Amino acid sequence: MAFFSTLFSQIINGLQSGSIYALVALGYSMVYGIIMLLNFAHGDIIMVGAYVVWLSMTSFGLHPFVSILLAVVVSTLLGVVIEKVAYAPLRSSPRLSLLITAIGISFLLENGFQLIFGAGAKVVPTLISGPTFKIGGANISTPALVTLGVTVVIMIALTLLVQKTRLGRAMRAVSEDMGAAQLMGVNINTTISFTFALGSALAAVASALYLSSYAQASPTMGSMLGLKAFVAAVLGGIGSLPGAMLGGFVIGLAEALVSAAGLSVWKDGVVFAILIVVLLVRPSGLLGKPMKEKV
Amino acid sequence: MAKSKEKLVPVEGGVIPERDAGTPPVLEARHLGIDFGGLTAVDDFNFIIGRTEIGGLIGPNGAGKTTIFNLLTNVYQPTRGKILVGGVDTRGKKTYEVNRMGIARTFQNIRLFKALPVLDNVLIGMQGQMQYRLAGAVLRLPSYWKQEKAAREKALELLSIFGMESLAYTPAGSLPYGAQRRLEIVRALATGPKVLLLDEPAAGMNPSETAELMENIRKIRDTFQIAVVLIEHDMNLVMGICEGIAVLNYGQIIAKGTPEEIRNNPQVIEAYLGRKGGAAGC
Repeated sequence: MAFFSTLFSQIINGLQSGSIYALVALGYSMVYGIIMLLNFAHGDIIMVGAYVVWLSMTSFGLHPFVSILLAVVVSTLLGVVIEKVAYAPLRSSPRLSLLITAIGISFLLENGFQLIFGAGAKVVPTLISGPTFKIGGANISTPALVTLGVTVVIMIALTLLVQKTRLGRAMRAVSEDMGAAQLMGVNINTTISFTFALGSALAAVASALYLSSYAQASPTMGSMLGLKAFVAAVLGGIGSLPGAMLGGFVIGLAEALVSAAGLSVWKDGVVFAILIVVLLVRPSGLLGKPMKEKV
Repeated sequence: MAKSKEKLVPVEGGVIPERDAGTPPVLEARHLGIDFGGLTAVDDFNFIIGRTEIGGLIGPNGAGKTTIFNLLTNVYQPTRGKILVGGVDTRGKKTYEVNRMGIARTFQNIRLFKALPVLDNVLIGMQGQMQYRLAGAVLRLPSYWKQEKAAREKALELLSIFGMESLAYTPAGSLPYGAQRRLEIVRALATGPKVLLLDEPAAGMNPSETAELMENIRKIRDTFQIAVVLIEHDMNLVMGICEGIAVLNYGQIIAKGTPEEIRNNPQVIEAYLGRKGGAAGC
């Protein structure tokens, strides 16, 4: 019995961290889908979001909810500004230049924050408090439930946004054929900005959900989180939104189950092993379309 | 033939059909030219299209026809000369802005959004005319629903021109070839153009499909009161529906006029249709 309750609580843990990976992976996938860029600065948006929450709660004494909202706003703006300043001028450059720029932005953010706030971790006050539920011998915390609930709602909203609205249609059109979309009257600058805004907002939400369970912000927190979310996006099929969602949950569950088996030191290794296997066996990912070289 | 041929009358910059003489021309190219490196692809291209004219652009392969479409739609920026849409210069405009000024096109090699349903392809064309804000969409405001519903109805109506309403939810990429070509025309029409540029609309079509296409092009012109310019190798189509034709060779216009004039122009026959008695005769 103890085995099953441990397993059950690890599955809940896995779904919780999987939710966070999925939200971040969506940002990777959307941006890749639209401009074929692996935006390695995306993970650092999470870190910026976390610092905004920390700063507004500890220095300005704002309500947790207001702080989260502020983090979403700041991250969204940051995402849009990064695209305008760093990526937009390189739109017709080779994709490698874009990739290197993204890595550069990532370093800039990490080291910039280290310079301003120091390398040490900041303790973030409790964001979400509530009772711990006991279901079938497993403990389920309120933050875990909130994380799952928020993620499911966001995924549904995002799917509707992409499928049913004007901007969502523009995103899909641009990701298929940017040239033809422009010729049909689609403003691609707006569409790309919107994509970055959306991805960054999701990263900020992921950041808040992360802080609700692991109440620490540090300058490098985004790199590992971002890297795992990237693995999730590749696993699901980069460019595919349902793929990013699925990939996130699979990575989260894999980590939790490895921990449940008492091998928690191996958990990062397993994630990257999954990446290697996916790249070898099914490079287009679980839900991605088989890739054809663009001519 | 549905209609007797309209006379072309001279206006400043060229000739247009008599019925359009009262209104300003919808599209004009003046001394248009483009170089790629040292190569002059198009030079001194002058061209004028009346408000409801069906114009044709013909010429051998590599003559620069598609390059001209790319110039007219702002895919390429001209090295020399200018383009006027309804009298407004398109220089310095963004590609999507030129589309919204009233220039829409199809592509020689079909470029639909293949993964998206037919209806969404048409709705993407209508982007520029839908004005609701994102907040409305997120909050599900009535104005969003109203616009979205109106857009859907209009899209289905446009699809019905080619009898394609029943295919609205099929992915565009899985349509048969002919239907894809027709969908490209519908998608271009959805942008609300003043001029519809068709790049080889009859390519790969059989004679009966081509005849149907011809009727549809006329129908589109009459219903929407817009101009159509087409690039085409099918001489029956070109001679059958075009009122004014420009013949291009090596990036330069070698002849302009009515189908009769073009048919009888010795230079055209020499350069394009082949020598008298040749196999390529029309």
